[in-house]
Amino acid sequence: MATTIDMRGPPKSGFSIGKIWTDKKSRGVIVQVIAMAIFCAVVFYLANNVVENFQKLGKPFGFDFLEQESNYDINQTLISYNSQSSHGRAAVVGILNTLLVAFCGIILATILGFILGVLRLSPNWLVNKLAYCYIEFVRNVPVLVHILLVHGIMVHSLPHPKQAINVADSFFLSNRGFYMPQPVFQPLFWLVVAAFVFGLIYAFWYRRAARIKQAATGEQSPVFWVMLASIIGLPILAFLLTGLPIEWQDPVQGKFNLKGGMAIKPEFMALWLALSLYTAAFIAEIVRSGIMAVDKGQSEAALALGLPRKRTMNLVVIPQALRVIIPPLTSQYLNITKNSSLAIAIGYMDIVATIGGISLNQTGREMECMIIVLGLYLFFSITISMIMNWYNNRIALVER
Amino acid sequence: MSAAQKYVPGEHPDLKPPLGQTGLLFWLRTNFFSSTFNVVLTLVTLYFLYLILPPMFNWLFVDSAFVADSRVHCRELGTGACWGFIEKRFGQFTYGFYPLEERWRVNLTFLLFVIATLPVLWDNMPGRRSFLWFSLVFPFVAAWLLLGGFGLETVDTDQFGGFMLTMVIGVTGIVFSLPLGILLALGRQSNLHFIRWLCTGFIEFFRGVPLITLLFVASTMLNYFLPPGTSFDLLLRVLIMVTLFSAAYIAEVVRGGLQAIPKGQHEAADAMGLKYWASMRLVVLPQALKISIPGIVNTFIGLFKDSTLVVIIGLLDPLGIGRASLSDSKWQGLSTEVYVFIALFFFACCFSMSRYSIYLENKLNTGHRN
Repeated sequence: MATTIDMRGPPKSGFSIGKIWTDKKSRGVIVQVIAMAIFCAVVFYLANNVVENFQKLGKPFGFDFLEQESNYDINQTLISYNSQSSHGRAAVVGILNTLLVAFCGIILATILGFILGVLRLSPNWLVNKLAYCYIEFVRNVPVLVHILLVHGIMVHSLPHPKQAINVADSFFLSNRGFYMPQPVFQPLFWLVVAAFVFGLIYAFWYRRAARIKQAATGEQSPVFWVMLASIIGLPILAFLLTGLPIEWQDPVQGKFNLKGGMAIKPEFMALWLALSLYTAAFIAEIVRSGIMAVDKGQSEAALALGLPRKRTMNLVVIPQALRVIIPPLTSQYLNITKNSSLAIAIGYMDIVATIGGISLNQTGREMECMIIVLGLYLFFSITISMIMNWYNNRIALVER
Repeated sequence: MSAAQKYVPGEHPDLKPPLGQTGLLFWLRTNFFSSTFNVVLTLVTLYFLYLILPPMFNWLFVDSAFVADSRVHCRELGTGACWGFIEKRFGQFTYGFYPLEERWRVNLTFLLFVIATLPVLWDNMPGRRSFLWFSLVFPFVAAWLLLGGFGLETVDTDQFGGFMLTMVIGVTGIVFSLPLGILLALGRQSNLHFIRWLCTGFIEFFRGVPLITLLFVASTMLNYFLPPGTSFDLLLRVLIMVTLFSAAYIAEVVRGGLQAIPKGQHEAADAMGLKYWASMRLVVLPQALKISIPGIVNTFIGLFKDSTLVVIIGLLDPLGIGRASLSDSKWQGLSTEVYVFIALFFFACCFSMSRYSIYLENKLNTGHRN
């Protein structure tokens, strides 16, 4: 054989200065130590500046200002609040308002998004292209412009309360908001609620029992109809039997404004609609790509096995599409929550507008207020992404 | 034709497709009237379009006033949109409060910007290499032209505004956030624990909070982190925040691309004797970035759209100019016109960016799939 084999064995492990840098392990340690030193130096420098600045301005640091009187009003609150309440309570009102608009936005955006996504896949050329135009136009315009546009249209184009659009003397739409009758619950109403809770529990128990039965005997039960009857039918029955225990208090048209009833303020409506319309365009694209990601062979195979079309959708196509749809969908939900902070542009009092806006300006505690706001948003997003990771691990395909 | 017609191999007659399988009628039938449901859908959609389009068209073009002196004058001319307002303020919408006699500098910068982006976007451009050198120098030239100094009259950044401000924020953010985002993504994938931890913390923080809170931090409390008595330009602070914010998003997009590269590619690069940076530059990143292009462009579009948020901390981007002009008593109540106008501008920019990304995706698709 002409080849010679190097028989010298592994290089001797002698020590030299150059080796510290050429060896992968020790180089890693050195790089990390340097990075850590720089990081600590920067943190120390910034912290030092903060302390010096606070001392120079003679400002204390602390969250005691949360107990002081806030001295400002909030036009829409879910819990009782007035200008004598504390800054802390204003913050809670703000958080609840953020959650309210995010929650309503998520529901509307999901519904609209799924409808649009399905329309986008429609074989009907006209419908398909119309959905495409909507999606492309809405996606490519900043959400802040949407919010201001919708708010502007509401304030300038809707009539004054005096000429409010009146539907059956109960619903009024004007530039001061949307007014509708307020339900006043009578004593017996708790029976309806109890019937609803009972129906819900029964429905899920029934579904479980039906599954066990099907697994054991192969017999199918009318799950859908029983669930519908017990969740919706039972409360309606209770409602009728107890003699309609709700009274509706209609709003009354006054000289300058509408009184009574329940009111949805234009700020809330504008923010809610704009966020939903904007996010629906993104959700539509997610839904479309999710459905397209399911191989055609999957539904063909299911049909070949003799599954009816509906079951093919429910048992084969939708579960696989959801696997693709849900992760980006949650990030859109998170985006709605974060984009709701733009409320400040139109005066809806969310967390940024209350504690990060008026409270900050009144007390001059920039540092503390911003820490609260940033901390809260971080808390929201970390919670949601933890749930997401758990869900992703659960539905991930097990490979090899 | 007789049933027993014989075909000579290779000489099949070119028959026309059966009648009713081509042409306009066929297209109409399959697309609009293939089933009862489809017919209903078509009719409902047509009716919806009939309700929406004519009034919109009238408002935009027919009943609108393109030249007017005030809102009252507009209303005399027609009941539609009052574009005269936009026309009167067009200069402000474009340049903000940039001094009138210095506006040529903005125009020149824009022209140079086009020249600098062309070689980046168009890879068959004649003389591309020399033009790319110009693209590298362009940011400095642009900064000099816009800010002044060295022979030009200096212009303060608080005079920046309008679409020019949007472009400044968008372009600066895009130029700086891409390299930073790639570094962060590499850091997050690193074997070095401390580096990974640092990058992950950075990315998660910036992705977890809304941009508007970061802008508030930039405008209200950044001064606390600086030595007492110092302060720097608000626009610069905003630019830094916007860049860091979009770098965090780009990092996540690039991480997705990095994770899609099979381990064998890393191992092959190692086996070739490439060091870390060389293997990243020559083997891993070209593949990873190619996959991440749609995501990166989406982040850029997002950054461009998010530049409107600066209006909330008082910078005069188009929305800021619009809101300021609306408080003029001559033009009150014309918010719809202003916002529709701004929406059209953003649509034109963002839509062309997304079209370009689709084009790039198709071009770079070297066809490993399908």
